[in-house]
Amino acid sequence: MSLGPDEVRRIAWLARVAIREEDIPDYARNLSRILELVEQMNAADTEGVEPLAHPLELPQRMRPDEVTEEDRRERYQAIAPLVERGLYLVPRVIE
Amino acid sequence: MHERTIAELAHGLRAGEFSAVEVTEAFLRRIEALDGRLNSFITVTAERALEQARAADERLRRGGGGPLTGVPVAHKDIFCTDGVRTSCASRMLDSFVAPYDATVVERLRDAGAVMLGKTNMDEFAMGSSNETSFYGPVRNPWDTERVPGGSSGGSAAAVAARLVPGATGTDTGGSIRQPAALCGITGLKPTYGRVSRWGMIAFASSLDQGGPMARTAEDVALLLGAMAGFDPRDSTSVDRPVPDYAAELARPLRGLRVGLPREYFGEGLEAGVREAVEAAVRVLESEGAEVREISLPTTPLAVPAYYVVAPAEASSNLARYDGVRYGYRCEDPRDLEDLYMRTRGEGFGAEVKRRILVGTYTLSAGYYDAYYLKAQKVRRLIRDDFVRAFEEVDVIAGPTSPTTAFRLGERLDDPVTMYLSDVYTIAANLAGLPALSMPVGFAGGLPVGMQLIGRHFEEGRLLNVAHQYQLATDWHRAAPPGFE
Repeated sequence: MSLGPDEVRRIAWLARVAIREEDIPDYARNLSRILELVEQMNAADTEGVEPLAHPLELPQRMRPDEVTEEDRRERYQAIAPLVERGLYLVPRVIE
Repeated sequence: MHERTIAELAHGLRAGEFSAVEVTEAFLRRIEALDGRLNSFITVTAERALEQARAADERLRRGGGGPLTGVPVAHKDIFCTDGVRTSCASRMLDSFVAPYDATVVERLRDAGAVMLGKTNMDEFAMGSSNETSFYGPVRNPWDTERVPGGSSGGSAAAVAARLVPGATGTDTGGSIRQPAALCGITGLKPTYGRVSRWGMIAFASSLDQGGPMARTAEDVALLLGAMAGFDPRDSTSVDRPVPDYAAELARPLRGLRVGLPREYFGEGLEAGVREAVEAAVRVLESEGAEVREISLPTTPLAVPAYYVVAPAEASSNLARYDGVRYGYRCEDPRDLEDLYMRTRGEGFGAEVKRRILVGTYTLSAGYYDAYYLKAQKVRRLIRDDFVRAFEEVDVIAGPTSPTTAFRLGERLDDPVTMYLSDVYTIAANLAGLPALSMPVGFAGGLPVGMQLIGRHFEEGRLLNVAHQYQLATDWHRAAPPGFE
């Protein structure tokens, strides 16, 4: 699979990662090489093979539906880039 | 002082031969004097370390304390430390001071260990050379023009240079074992679920596992005993008792069945690495092990499958860095999308962005079956190879890395060649198996590591084999010139 500049721009937008225009050719080349490497998988016959999601195939553990977290809002907000009156600030979304 | 192993330091501390403050000061002085040549630490926490050392001395005076009381350790800067910057070697987290301790940090502290600081690494643990760090590359103490391996390159270099007797690392595709091999130390990636991932910054959640790095298998066993165990805060932590790893070390190797996968000795393996590993196998034989050739036929597909699974999971995990709740935020965002795009574009380095893009692509509409699902199926084939092999043998042995330490910059612009540094280590992550690297000699003056892979939860057996090997050999005692 070879990716062109437009595809790199589209993927970068999907990932919400700004890529400088002058870097796009490098990303296109490297991503294409990585996908070539990845596609060697196609050599494997996986007909009827169950996908393996967890290396030990253990189910997720259940726990009682109880509140276990304490309120640490002030501590967590102290490390935020921009907070006002206990609210995380982002650029205006609704005009 | 710095030549002593963790076991020797712990013994000397309990016997009152020296104090924890003396030990801590000795290692802090070494970091101060020598780390300018290596860049293995991102943050040194000298004051906190001395405070912890004084508390350790108090406990020792009262006759209390755990197996590691007063022993200095360093944490890879991927483990959250309350009140101390946790950067993950990224501009994104350059200003991030975690509001809590990772379970691994908490457990080692509870066992009495003294934290000297946080070690350098590849950004978000993505790399095999420690060159993707925002804080600059780490240098290999055996040759400072060469890489220490990665991603836990700071921990490996610091331990090899005797700046700290033991350190933590994390291993998603070889990030403990490959730098351990390239720096000539012992490092263990435990079974998936053995060590809690809580507070360990996530890269690829179905593969990530924290583990110990030190000079000897005995020291790795002591650290693992403190780190391992069930943690309800990690949903994939396995509730299973932690064996006494130190007690398993003494078992003789007579009758041990060792498998050498023929796929691990083929094309691409440097001659010097092969010779050192073959010589190490002969030592195991002379200790009574029975060696046979085995086959892991899906080996060539491990790297391809990994570079679907790991970037896919990374793209999802790293979606949390949005410039809103913590970490880097771009200047003067025009709107919310600009805030996300530029924060992430400026905050992440090139390799992290590459992997996020690969993962985003393979998970995007229409491609899931061809990439992620296919990789998960290949992942089962890889695991099945090991299941069959472990019916015939007790441990699998081979080279950790196909080459010795390469030159700084040599592979940086060529991600695929870099990825192939982990050709022998990745399969153990995909299968969730424990695997260890230990020093088995030199090629061209650079350390060679041998990898041992075991059955799920048989870390004790791997440590036992490595310890018996280290009783018979001296490679683990070799110190890099200039760091003796």
